[in-house]
Amino acid sequence: MSEGNKIVRMANQIATFFHSQPASEGPNGVATHINKFWEPRMRRQLFDLVDNHGGEGLDSLVLEAVPLIRRPPPAEVPPAQAAAPAAP
Amino acid sequence: MPLVPEIDYGTPASRSEKMVTLTIDGNEITVPEGTSIMRASMEAGIQVPKLCATDMVDAFGSCRLCLVEIEGRNGTPASCTTPVAPGLVVHTQTGRLKDIRKGVMELYISDHPLDCLTCAANGDCELQDMAGAVGLRDVRYGYEGDNHVKARSNGEANARWMPKDESNPYFTYDPSKCIVCSRCVRACEEVQGTFALTIEGRGFDSRVSPGMHEHFLESECVSCGACVQACPTATLTEKSVIEIGQPEHSVVTTCAYCGVGCSFKAEMRGEELVRMVPWKDGQANRGHSCVKGRFAYGYSSHRERILNPMIREKISDPWREVTWEEAYAHVASEFRRIQYQYGRDSIGGITSSRCTNEETFLVQKLIRAGFGNNNVDTCARVCHSPTGYGLGQAFGTSAGTQNFDSVEFTDVVIVIGANPTDAHPVFGSRLKKRLRQGAKLIVIDPRRTELVSSPHIKASYHLPLKPGTNVAVVTALAHVIVTEGLFDEAFIRERCDWSEFEDWASFVAEPRHSPEETEAFTGVPAEALRGAARLFATGGNGSIYYGLGVTEHSQGSTTVMAIANLAMATGNIGRPGVGVNPLRGQNNVQGSCDMGSFPHELPGYRHISDDATRDIFEKLWGVKLNNEPGLRIPNMLDAAVEGTFKGIYIQGEDILQSDPDTKHVSAGLAAMECVVVQDLFLNETANYAHVFLPGSTFLEKDGTFTNAERRINRVRRVMTPKNGYADWEVTQNLAKAMGLDWNYTHPSEIMDEIAATTPSFAMVSYDYLDKVGSVQWPCNEKNPLGSPIMHINGFVRGKGKFIRTEYVATDEKTGARFPLLLTTGRILSQYNVGAQTRRTDNVIWHEEDRLEIHPHDAENRGIREGDWVRLSSRAGETTLRALITDRVAPGVVYTTFHHPTTQANVITTDFSDWATNCPEYKVTAVQISPSNGPSDWQVEYDELARRSRRIKGKLEAAE
Repeated sequence: MSEGNKIVRMANQIATFFHSQPASEGPNGVATHINKFWEPRMRRQLFDLVDNHGGEGLDSLVLEAVPLIRRPPPAEVPPAQAAAPAAP
Repeated sequence: MPLVPEIDYGTPASRSEKMVTLTIDGNEITVPEGTSIMRASMEAGIQVPKLCATDMVDAFGSCRLCLVEIEGRNGTPASCTTPVAPGLVVHTQTGRLKDIRKGVMELYISDHPLDCLTCAANGDCELQDMAGAVGLRDVRYGYEGDNHVKARSNGEANARWMPKDESNPYFTYDPSKCIVCSRCVRACEEVQGTFALTIEGRGFDSRVSPGMHEHFLESECVSCGACVQACPTATLTEKSVIEIGQPEHSVVTTCAYCGVGCSFKAEMRGEELVRMVPWKDGQANRGHSCVKGRFAYGYSSHRERILNPMIREKISDPWREVTWEEAYAHVASEFRRIQYQYGRDSIGGITSSRCTNEETFLVQKLIRAGFGNNNVDTCARVCHSPTGYGLGQAFGTSAGTQNFDSVEFTDVVIVIGANPTDAHPVFGSRLKKRLRQGAKLIVIDPRRTELVSSPHIKASYHLPLKPGTNVAVVTALAHVIVTEGLFDEAFIRERCDWSEFEDWASFVAEPRHSPEETEAFTGVPAEALRGAARLFATGGNGSIYYGLGVTEHSQGSTTVMAIANLAMATGNIGRPGVGVNPLRGQNNVQGSCDMGSFPHELPGYRHISDDATRDIFEKLWGVKLNNEPGLRIPNMLDAAVEGTFKGIYIQGEDILQSDPDTKHVSAGLAAMECVVVQDLFLNETANYAHVFLPGSTFLEKDGTFTNAERRINRVRRVMTPKNGYADWEVTQNLAKAMGLDWNYTHPSEIMDEIAATTPSFAMVSYDYLDKVGSVQWPCNEKNPLGSPIMHINGFVRGKGKFIRTEYVATDEKTGARFPLLLTTGRILSQYNVGAQTRRTDNVIWHEEDRLEIHPHDAENRGIREGDWVRLSSRAGETTLRALITDRVAPGVVYTTFHHPTTQANVITTDFSDWATNCPEYKVTAVQISPSNGPSDWQVEYDELARRSRRIKGKLEAAE
């Protein structure tokens, strides 16, 4: 299973739990959970799925939660690459 | 340094609150009603001679040595069996008593060898002491007649004599020295609850017999050591005492095996450990022990321990021993290089649940302050992380609600997904003691565990659910309680949010949650489930104990919430005898969680995004902390496979053997450029390591462990670390090499830092622990003596939260290819991945992992007892030998995971709990077929393990 699918599975598992909770808690619950426990590169993968692949495979509740999920800053450029001369 | 003094009061303490005053030898003394005269005397400082009495077991009145005279009463009653009464006037020493005692002792000694000088109990023999106490100067009876002492009498073999039984690896039984006081038999019954011992024969033929006149090893004996501890003579003696001699000093410390956290006296001669004896004042174990803590410490001096740091460039190279300085410098430069090349977040670490709080605190501090990220996790990820999440949501704090003493006040117990008599044996014994007193038991487990039915224990209900259906079963229990009106409305209205309760109640009351509906997929008969629910709701104090059978599922966190719901709905929170009690796997898994080992939490369960909390640590540590959560262990491995995670520092944790989906773990480790393993032995993870830092054992360092009841217990150093440094020193030196200015000179200074930064530890210090023994957090100004029971007048979060728990079937489903469900567990004699216990004589009880399979499933596949079978899942396959038993239901198979050759985790999948990523170890769809021998993976892995244990200039390690 590719890592992208893993992110989808994990997000959907969280959504599945919140589907059974009172409707008012749904999107907020999913977003809070992801904000609290997902490291930035996991959230980046999630946003990549949503931004560039139409959120394919994601549960509707995850998609509803997306606006409430904290968008992580762009990935840090490792000092080695930053120090390397820019490509022409 | 002397031996730690322990007073034997002769009989157990009385719990009565009514006090009684009497006079003993002219001293007026006031004691609780029900106290024996023997105990009252001891409390007054008067030791009445005794042999068959000891305060770990009830009075028996057989030795006739403890007789006293009471004014106004006839005869000479035994002081152990005679309770105090108001106004009694007791004399413990009169002419008549002296004569009787001397006569009794003379008879005892007439059938006892007089080899005191060469006897192992010399210096620790109560028989010898009593001979001295009563002034025995002469024995008028010889050995010519009937005796148990001599192998031959009058030139003929003596049929009464029996040779020593040396079958148990840890202690011997010498029948010739037995005085038939029955202390061992009673300890086995009353303290351990195994009933392995009895007295066979009558009169002069009486003798102690394991089982039906068997050897100890072949009997039901579980080698807990209670009988050895109770024996007043050398009849039952530790082999280590026979070999070494009597100890000269002792130090109280804490066992490094399971989460019960038993207190032991490490009895020493110089720096040599003579024996470990459970400490009666230990609040978790109350003087009891199991085979692991009591005897299985030999790994600490095992020849395979690695004592020098080692490095290798590639994992295919042999190891090269280096100096500590070289090892630190290498790790520091590699980690800095990786961060320069791949970014700050490309490294991380794992704290150890086997190490101390102080060591764990330092590792997470190194990662947060030194690595500059929050990529820290701990083995609780793979065991009780759902407990943290679930109880945090429901109650507001991530830990069990009770102390272990609480079990003495419970009336109905639910044990779900736990097997305490194997995995938490001392708690198991304490539970069984309460059950024998009449408490009722409900077991929810796919297997028929020992608690379901064993001598003098019978569960009222065993709900043998299909693995993976916990949520459905616990929700169905709630359904019955709500729909039959058995909930505790007053408690709920006072302590919980009533509208949340109403929402939850209407959810569980839906007909689809009824036991009649759920029976179809849980396999639990509806009537039994209804009976269990009614019993729990109406049977008095109800407590719930659970283990990894609850948490290690894709719905682990949901089940924990369902358990919390059940406790709140029945009003079973906030007093002795009730509560929600996670049984923690490792010695300090509670502590490692408390100490901020999770990537999203600083010490004391405060989220990393909380500015005020970060500020406390930033000011003290002089660094800026990252406010984003870090990677959890499975996420680290995923990131490694993706190429963004390249270096890891693993202290005392063997993820390759203990974590699921071995192939994924090994792929992740193999993708890293610097794997640093700190451990006692070259463990399985070290097969993929570039740097090995030798670890130290719990005997070699100071610190604290926090057990499953939140009890902070001292660990005390009794010997110099064989590797030269305690683990906290190694971490500190590594931090220094990475440029951090750390200067701790003793672990107590680390605890002071924890106390200064973590409100729930505010009052904790080594001085304070020395004074009070141990405390249960929170321990602060509000709770200066700690908190044995939590949520007494309200929940930590305010109102208890009822949460809907919808059952969702796991994606791991059986089908034509994989028709059986595999679940896993522990066995008494082994511990976790077995790195310690496999290096002790405990292997005599369990030398390999076996696959338990129901006779029907075995017959369908042509598998016989002991056959090699191939066990395969969609993740991988392995082979092991079959054990045919109806302990497991048809369709379910079970194995332990103590041996690396078994590779049980090659089979388990990467599915995990929705909230915490805790792996779903307890449900794997598998197929089983006869096999000729090891799988290809096992063969390849054996070869890899052998190659990766090569050390330059040394012979290959034997394992």
